Amino acid sequence: MSDTRHEAEAKQNATSKPPLDPHLKALENEAIHIFREVAAEFERPVMLYSIGKDSSVLLHLARKAFYPGRVPFPLLHVNTGWKFAEMIAFRDKVVADYDLDLIEHINPRGAAENVTPFTHGSALYTDIMKTEALRHALDAGKFDAAFGGARRDEEASRAKERIYSFRTPDHRWDPRNQRPELWNIYNGMIRNGESVRAFPLSNWTEVDIWRYIQAEEIPIVPLYFAEKRSFVERDGMMILAEDPRLELLPGEVKQEGVIRFRTLGCFPLTGAIRSQATTLDDIIAELETATVSERQGRAIDRDQSGSMEKKKREGYF
Amino acid sequence: MTASATATAEVFTVDESVLETASDQARAIRDSRPLRLITCGSVDDGKSTLIGRLLWDTKAVKEDQAATLHRDSGKQNDLGLPDFALLLDGLQAEREQGITIDVAYRYFATDRRSFIVADTPGHEQYTRNMATGASTADLAVLLIDARAGILEQTRRHATIASLMGIRQFVLAVNKIDLTNYDRAGFEQIVHDFKEFALTLGVKQITAIPMSALKGENVVYDGRANMPWYEGPTLIETLEKATTRSNQTVGFRLPVQRVSRPGESFRGYQGTVAGGSVKPGDSVVILPSGMVANVTKIVTFDLVRNAAVAGDAITLVLDRQVDVSRGDMIVAIDSQPMTGRGFDAQLVALQPEGIEPGKRYWLKSGSRRQRVSIEPVSQLDLKTSKWHSAEKLGMNGIGKVHLVFDEQAIFDTYEQNRTTGAFILIDPDTNNTVAGGMITGRRSEIGGIHKDDQRVLLSLPADLAEKIMATELFANRRQDVDVRHTSAGRAAEILADLDE
Repeated sequence: MSDTRHEAEAKQNATSKPPLDPHLKALENEAIHIFREVAAEFERPVMLYSIGKDSSVLLHLARKAFYPGRVPFPLLHVNTGWKFAEMIAFRDKVVADYDLDLIEHINPRGAAENVTPFTHGSALYTDIMKTEALRHALDAGKFDAAFGGARRDEEASRAKERIYSFRTPDHRWDPRNQRPELWNIYNGMIRNGESVRAFPLSNWTEVDIWRYIQAEEIPIVPLYFAEKRSFVERDGMMILAEDPRLELLPGEVKQEGVIRFRTLGCFPLTGAIRSQATTLDDIIAELETATVSERQGRAIDRDQSGSMEKKKREGYF
Repeated sequence: MTASATATAEVFTVDESVLETASDQARAIRDSRPLRLITCGSVDDGKSTLIGRLLWDTKAVKEDQAATLHRDSGKQNDLGLPDFALLLDGLQAEREQGITIDVAYRYFATDRRSFIVADTPGHEQYTRNMATGASTADLAVLLIDARAGILEQTRRHATIASLMGIRQFVLAVNKIDLTNYDRAGFEQIVHDFKEFALTLGVKQITAIPMSALKGENVVYDGRANMPWYEGPTLIETLEKATTRSNQTVGFRLPVQRVSRPGESFRGYQGTVAGGSVKPGDSVVILPSGMVANVTKIVTFDLVRNAAVAGDAITLVLDRQVDVSRGDMIVAIDSQPMTGRGFDAQLVALQPEGIEPGKRYWLKSGSRRQRVSIEPVSQLDLKTSKWHSAEKLGMNGIGKVHLVFDEQAIFDTYEQNRTTGAFILIDPDTNNTVAGGMITGRRSEIGGIHKDDQRVLLSLPADLAEKIMATELFANRRQDVDVRHTSAGRAAEILADLDE
């Protein structure tokens, strides 16, 4: 790449965006530092990519960290087969647009044993199709470091997690015995088979994510924006009723309404909210007056007490 | 860098334009970096309740989280509020035992600024987690139970916080409601703490009487019950506190990785750990000592005309030089110390302590190298005195010599909290066993030190107090013996020496 082309490209990236406010700039600098440190210290890093807003920010930061080079590790999408159709379309476009390497892994037990969120309950389904699938995919790739987009403000057990989160060869997290993590000096020393989950967004909050998406003009899945969509009410959640695999239970009726999603996961387990937020400004304004947290719409957090910690101990992200 | 003053001026120009643009925008954007703070103090002083109160009164707790709290606690306090501690003690073991084990990070914001708060454990056995929280904090909130006064654990935490470079303290005299808002009791605690703080060299102390449970002087003022207190609330103090800065010393770039996407491009990637840099500056690569000039500062957004401490950048130099991960690119006219022997202070974090002569891995910035440790002395937290020591036990705070196989590169921690800090890793377990702060370089010629040379001064007490309050003094407080005496007695002692 010639220097001239390089500068032209940089100018193009800059377009006419105003400079980031110092708060977001500090978070960005910290995340880039973590990306570079992991990429330099580990032999086979991989980035967990879940297609949601946090993953979109994570990917943007990775591109910034290694510019003008390519992102020097593959993306891993652990697909359950039950993601929103719009998410998959978005993923494929992003991978093509940014010249990324994508690994998709679906646990074969899903098809072989017909494991679905409808038949197995959210706890067992998540265990097999997400936690077990993730372990298999990480083992198959012999990855020694995996980036994730988790934030400490999401959930109580996440608030306790280090930026470099050490995992045993069977991917377990021991929350009582975490390595001390002082300053921004990260301990990346592991033995064969052990690994580290690295969380560059640890110190970001949900509002930071949205402000950054807005400031950096990062593309996100359209499901985050309010639109007239059809849904059914189930277990107190509004479930999107656009996938032909969703079978209506007795008494359920399809309804239409202007709704959007605050987080994205598997469509049968992710509840929408009623909202008129059609722009990023609207979403940020809505968040600033929100009275419930973002994970409120996620069934898997609620299926048992302390459930996130339990899943994480077993290898879930 | 022939013109480092010019560089600084230009950097500030850039910053000002940033601020102008930001203030032009209609939406109120917080224009400062987040303030990082730790809460510390003894068990049951109410740390978790205080943070819960901060989160609650700044509306950082959402309804579903409050509902989970109500469900989990099955009880609520007299005020109809949930048990705040459950909000923070997110681990099963913590909930079962009703204690905080690990540091929890929480986020909240006011209209003026955002905050990252580390809630650190009060139990002595979890001191390592308190040190973890202190290492990145700008300010420490020390909780004291108004009924109990200052405890040993309060002193321990204040000492560790001050060793780790925290210079701003809030003395939160909590549970003041349980003393019937006793002003005299509050003032006694403040007096006791200020006397102790002087020995640490801590001078910036804001003392606030508060009830975290009732929310008095936390976010909302407590004038109704404490008309005698006219100072700021906790949140007002936090809004005005300053964040730590590395911009006062020479340029430092610890190289994290070399970027070579094609034959014609070679850039050095890292986060500026001090000072500033601009194209045209002359730099030295350490440890090799080779000299080069900066041609470009590359980032994803634009080719920049300057970078300052904290910026994650890619630096391009004007000639082919051998630079690899772990090297440091520094200002030619303001270089760090290099050598094989350094002095440092350590906090031992694991049950095994720190063993003399054992070879550890030391990581500082992006550089990792072998080191052996010679403990010199250990701090006795009960008496604040240093005793000679051959080994450091768990949670021990010690002064040590570091002996390297190869050249090491440091600033003192006092001058630079990035290039003066390090961790020790046990090669047998790969665990992080200590956090350390560089205090100085040792002479290459072993045995010839000025350690045993002393100077006796006799000063008026007010002048001594001013000198003791300086940062320079505070950082070497442990090397100094101070006695109060009369002018006449001092003259006698000095006269004895002259004989």
